[in-house]
Amino acid sequence: MTGAEIKLRLEELCKVQGLLEDVPDTNPFTLKVPKEHYLAVCQALKHSEGLYFDQLACLSGVDLGPESGLMEVVVHLSSIPYAHQLALKVRLARPADPQEETEAIPSLSGIWRAADWHEREAYDLLGIRFENHPDLRRILLPADWIGFPLRKDYREQEQYHGIKVIY
Amino acid sequence: MPTDAIQYQYNPAHLQNSSPGKYPAGAIGSDQMVINIGPQHPSTHGVLRLEVLLEGEQVVDLVPHLGFLHRCFEKHAEALPYNQIIPYVDRMDYVSAMNSEHAFVMGVERMIGIEGTLPKRIEYIRVLVAELNRLANHFIAVGTYAMDIGAFTPFLWMMRDREHILRMLEWLSGARLLYNYIWIGGLFYDLPPGFEEKCRSFIRYLLPKLKELDDLLINNTIFVERTAGVGHLPLSTAIDFGVTGPMLRASGLRYDLRKVDGYSIYPELEFEIPIGKGLKGSPGDCWDRNYVRAAECFQSARIIDQCLDALMGPYARTRDFDPQAMLPKKIRPKAQELYVRAENPKGELGYYFVADGKSDIPFRCKARGCSFSNLSVLSTLAKGALVADLVAIVGSLDFVMGEVDR
Repeated sequence: MTGAEIKLRLEELCKVQGLLEDVPDTNPFTLKVPKEHYLAVCQALKHSEGLYFDQLACLSGVDLGPESGLMEVVVHLSSIPYAHQLALKVRLARPADPQEETEAIPSLSGIWRAADWHEREAYDLLGIRFENHPDLRRILLPADWIGFPLRKDYREQEQYHGIKVIY
Repeated sequence: MPTDAIQYQYNPAHLQNSSPGKYPAGAIGSDQMVINIGPQHPSTHGVLRLEVLLEGEQVVDLVPHLGFLHRCFEKHAEALPYNQIIPYVDRMDYVSAMNSEHAFVMGVERMIGIEGTLPKRIEYIRVLVAELNRLANHFIAVGTYAMDIGAFTPFLWMMRDREHILRMLEWLSGARLLYNYIWIGGLFYDLPPGFEEKCRSFIRYLLPKLKELDDLLINNTIFVERTAGVGHLPLSTAIDFGVTGPMLRASGLRYDLRKVDGYSIYPELEFEIPIGKGLKGSPGDCWDRNYVRAAECFQSARIIDQCLDALMGPYARTRDFDPQAMLPKKIRPKAQELYVRAENPKGELGYYFVADGKSDIPFRCKARGCSFSNLSVLSTLAKGALVADLVAIVGSLDFVMGEVDR
């Protein structure tokens, strides 16, 4: 199935005509989804015949920088039986304060268990909050680390456990 | 700064604050017990801490704590030009660095639009070294697994054969583990003269040794008794958790990105995809995972043989062949987003690039490690198992913490 066909099918399944937006210059084909339809679209992608995206390959958070005031969550899906791939993109507002977490977006861990750790990583490094996540803690950094390192305006803390961080 | 000053003030609360357990002492039942395995424990294959909640001998819950080897790969990648990220890529999965390089380089070449235009000799050399590294990876996986469950001889035998591969790769690139050999648009060097013959004689030497491995370990009754039926991973669970590579194939699905995507020159090569059939226990148990790895070694040897045929035949070395001739002067992809995936020895390795079109530094470079997703299934796999089987299950996942923590 090509990207345009997947888009048509999705619009019809989720009744979101005109709300899905193609993102140019992407590989695989990427759809921008409004936040409020994100979960429904993912559910349809996994369970509908002909689509059947059974594998969540990757979930990444992207910080677009303080000037844009936006963050993105990009989900890369693939279907093993149909051998097609798709990426979804959700935009959310970016807090001006580097220490502050973002608004919450729905967690996909109820649909694909693989999303669990990927979302924890996005939370850990970018401070993106996921709603209804079973266990949203830091995963790679220590639990008492301050700030979200992959934010473009990240500043390291001065000291960690009495050790100088910035030299 | 004076070097004799003690900077770190020890405080037992630091550990509590930085890596708090999910089950503090007061929160568990009177017949339950929490055991911490790792972060420094040989059977966790690196620095992984497993917090295991036990009821008698049975595992009730298992919480992996990661991040002890976190080296900020993604943050580093946002500050470096594409060609300078390759050494960092090596350090993710440090026992199969060639494969990681191959995937990364393929992604960048796809972004700047030179994929498929490189001389065939370069592509054949890339696949040759990647498959050699795949063999080395599987030797480590099977060898250390045998040691985990108490058989020392196979480990030494596998290390002996891996040493031949490492020496060949050292001859090729100057480094034993972290090669920086595959470059964007080419290679660091052509094969050294005499490499093809040496590699051919190594494969001749290796084939009987792989047979030997089958007899010594895989079909050994003690090994079968210990691993068959242990750590059964159903296919649906494997797909749900994003498990890939030999672990997914052991659960019975014939899925290999070398065939599915057909990248590089893999479509021109003949090889099979071994899968686990549950010959000794149930499909997807610890035995199947090791059986698949051992069977893949034969296929890698087959691929290497075919690459050598090509490299000594139609694409043989010429006096004026320069593997650095196609290196781009400046790597500045136009604004785009790309997810590239490739079959690493441990599973699907993916890179998600965001390029802004204005600089030769990626705006965002996320690595999807295969070990990361493969490890996430551990807690489901271990629930209900006996604590004695836990080491057997952990070892059979074959993860490298360098890639989990990045």
